[in-house]
Amino acid sequence: MVSGAPANDVDLECRRLVKRFGGLAAVDDVSFTIAEGSFFSILGPSGCGKTTLLRMIAGFQYPDEGDILIKGRSIVSVPPNRRPVNMVFQHLALFPMMNVAENIAYGLKRRGTPRSEIAPKVQAVLERVGLPDSGPMRVDRLSGGQKQRIAIARCLVLDPALLLLDEPLGALDLKLRERLKVELKELQSQVGTTFAYITHDQSEALVMSDHVAVMNEGRFVQVGTPQELYFDPQTAFVAGFVGDSNRWTGRVEDADTTGVKVVTADDLSLLGAPAGAGGLARGDRVEIFVRPESIILGHDATRLGAVDNRVRGRVENILFDGANSRVMVRDGASGHEIMVTLPQTGEFAALSRGQEVHLGWTLAQAKCFPAGDDAARAGAA
Amino acid sequence: MKAGPPFRLGLILLLAPIVLWLSLLVILPHIDMLLISLRVRVAPRVYETSLANYVEFFTEPLYWNTFARTAIMSVTATAMTLLIAFPVSYYIAKMLRGRTKNLLFLLCLVPFWVSELVRTFGWMILLRETGIVSNLLQWAGLTAGPVEMLYNDAAIMIGLVYTSLLFMVVPLVTTLDSLDDSLIEAGYDLGGNGFAVMRTIVVPHAMPGIASGCIVVFMLTLGNYLTPILLGGKDSLWFTDQIYTQFITRFNWELGSAFGFLLLVLSSIIVWIGLRLSGQTLSESVK
Amino acid sequence: MIPSIPQPRAFRVTYAAYVALFFVYLMAPLAVAAAFAFNDSMFPSLPWNGFTLDWFVGDAEPRLGVFHDGALTESIGISAFVAFWVTVLAVGVGLSNAFLFERQTFPFRNLLYMLMLAPLVVPGVILGISILVFSNSIINGIDNAVGVEIDALRPGLALVVLGQFAFITTITTLVISARLRKFDLSLEEAALNLGATRMVAVWTVTIPYLKPALIGAGIVAFLMSFENFNTTLMLVGSDAPLTITMYDRLREGSTPALNAVSLMLMVVSGALALLSVFVQRNRGGR
Repeated sequence: MVSGAPANDVDLECRRLVKRFGGLAAVDDVSFTIAEGSFFSILGPSGCGKTTLLRMIAGFQYPDEGDILIKGRSIVSVPPNRRPVNMVFQHLALFPMMNVAENIAYGLKRRGTPRSEIAPKVQAVLERVGLPDSGPMRVDRLSGGQKQRIAIARCLVLDPALLLLDEPLGALDLKLRERLKVELKELQSQVGTTFAYITHDQSEALVMSDHVAVMNEGRFVQVGTPQELYFDPQTAFVAGFVGDSNRWTGRVEDADTTGVKVVTADDLSLLGAPAGAGGLARGDRVEIFVRPESIILGHDATRLGAVDNRVRGRVENILFDGANSRVMVRDGASGHEIMVTLPQTGEFAALSRGQEVHLGWTLAQAKCFPAGDDAARAGAA
Repeated sequence: MKAGPPFRLGLILLLAPIVLWLSLLVILPHIDMLLISLRVRVAPRVYETSLANYVEFFTEPLYWNTFARTAIMSVTATAMTLLIAFPVSYYIAKMLRGRTKNLLFLLCLVPFWVSELVRTFGWMILLRETGIVSNLLQWAGLTAGPVEMLYNDAAIMIGLVYTSLLFMVVPLVTTLDSLDDSLIEAGYDLGGNGFAVMRTIVVPHAMPGIASGCIVVFMLTLGNYLTPILLGGKDSLWFTDQIYTQFITRFNWELGSAFGFLLLVLSSIIVWIGLRLSGQTLSESVK
Repeated sequence: MIPSIPQPRAFRVTYAAYVALFFVYLMAPLAVAAAFAFNDSMFPSLPWNGFTLDWFVGDAEPRLGVFHDGALTESIGISAFVAFWVTVLAVGVGLSNAFLFERQTFPFRNLLYMLMLAPLVVPGVILGISILVFSNSIINGIDNAVGVEIDALRPGLALVVLGQFAFITTITTLVISARLRKFDLSLEEAALNLGATRMVAVWTVTIPYLKPALIGAGIVAFLMSFENFNTTLMLVGSDAPLTITMYDRLREGSTPALNAVSLMLMVVSGALALLSVFVQRNRGGR
């Protein structure tokens, strides 16, 4: 985990940060570290406090409690214009009255860099972001992707210890966003600058980051690699927010060392594995999450193999989307709709509405979290 | 951005100019004017507080006749401006499209950019005894000799309406422009005739524009000085002229201040009533 | 009564004729005021005696043209002087007010905003006399207290500048505020983030952004000052700005030199008006 990294490799450290607006804590006791040269994302729904957190690091908000250290030095009392962090704003905030080169030179001029050094530096960074000829262009003549790169170049030219990115892809259309995700990741590994990226889009966070912090209601719910978050969520919130899942609520009927038996609200009996902190006992209310791709689909029950949970249902809908195709299956007994990834093997090419299918998944793939986990914690805070 | 102690200093620096401006050039002068209107000179450099100036206003028929005449003429001018401007605004907003529309609209704004003095001068050339209109009438054989068309109420009215048109046309075109054509079509479709559609759909929709146009025009007309004096001549009997006379000619500042204050009160009351009736705010109307 | 609804031909023709007549009414006084600048006659009236430029360039009485009419050229200079100072003051204070109302929160903000609008509602003549009365009170007060007479506050150009500034500032404030309201605050934050101090951020980012509005407000302020009559009339001393000089000549009856001045005024204001439209249209650009 990140927090285990040695101190001299840490670019940013936040210690027990708190920011309140009115009585409400927008950022509530958040501590984390970002290792040098890594791509760190903060992922959370809108209003979770991630923008406030970023603005405190940039210096536009003053924390009520806690400390922010860059390279081991506290910067809480340093004004925003003297901090060694630069920020790519949500709408990029390129200066419309200046051309591309003037935009990039802006920070150098403020530092008093000699004129003769500015032009080569600007040119070098323009080449680094792949737009060597755009210097004299007007900002409003650039495409969305080019603007994006210029906004990053404007920060990189200052060689910051940390680059903050405030949902810079949010305003772009889907196709461009997909492409820029890849570009941004490649750019980061090329330049080696530490990136702190905030987003509400889980796909952006998973694709680009070395580490992701999932944030909800002012707190970090879980910090880990994208794989850890996806395969080993620690709370119901993370399980529900990162990736797609089928979700049931129910009550624990029986619990032993191998797993728990749960009866759902619509009377389905399921076997699952307790997940997150703390065990489960008989009578606990739980939420169960099962990923669509961990459900095995078969034309008859024998094809499922050794699975702990079996369901028989009818195909309700086929959502064809190439490699991401899904089948919606209505469970015959409980009436619950279950989302299943459609294997691209051709075996199910002829699948049609109304057809009877069998579903199965193992105990380990049904993760059971105590219900109301996050709500209870937020209430106690 | 907003928090932090250093920016309170910024607030004070930003407050200083506006406070100086409003207090020294607007608020204190008006308070001083009110105080001076409430005193009379009993001996050289000796004053007493009294309502005598206001009493004089109400007991001297010339004064309050002029006052009432100014108010009535202003109301008339406002109504005439509305009547003349409405069909034109409607034509620009609803009958025209594209470039012609923009061009004609801009043309309506031209007089605003030209000094009121020049505009009034133009009217004097048109209306005087040796002027264009008089010559045209003679040429057409409608009159035997030259006609003096200046120095009467009609001339004042022509000039006042002319000066006010812009302030009526702009709000009217803006509100009429926002009326969806399909509403008018629906009105006809449901069996209304032209008059009924106008009365039940167009005018109610344009009401905010009508109200703010009328308020601004009335205010400007009431406080106008140049047009009534130049086009109406010595007997124009306009209230601002009375104020000028008291101040500059008779050097009776006490009475002049009282007149000024009365005009201000009249203007404010009418504007306030207008805003109340139309449910608008001052900041919307002056835009 | 829209193009999609058929109307009798007679109605359409009448309506169009009315609108045409309206524009004749609108343009007639301007047209004649301009045309008679070129009439070869001693008076700005018919008959038309042929074309002349005497009223611009004539250099001797009785045909003294504008360019050689000392009183007129001097008053143009005075008007320009007054307008310059009014513009500088009104745009400066307007800019400060825009930042105050758009960026700051403070008690009685709405009350102050209403007061800021008040000068538009007060008739110009009354604004003039109130300032006249108040400046006189100040002179007397200081005279009584310390025995010094401050002549700068007697009717004269200083008072004229202050009087015009008093209501023109409201207009510049509204124009500049409207533009500042559209400013994206993150641009200023970006400047801070790139190492600018607050003052430098405002100077290098916000002010350039406001430039079209500042120029537009400046043009409007200059024209309104140049053409103001009502407030000026009450505060003027021995140095008469152009409008006052023209007014005096109008009452006496004047030569077409006055038309020549009028035409020049129209041309200059027309050019400035076009310039301001152009500047506003190109806003956001470089």
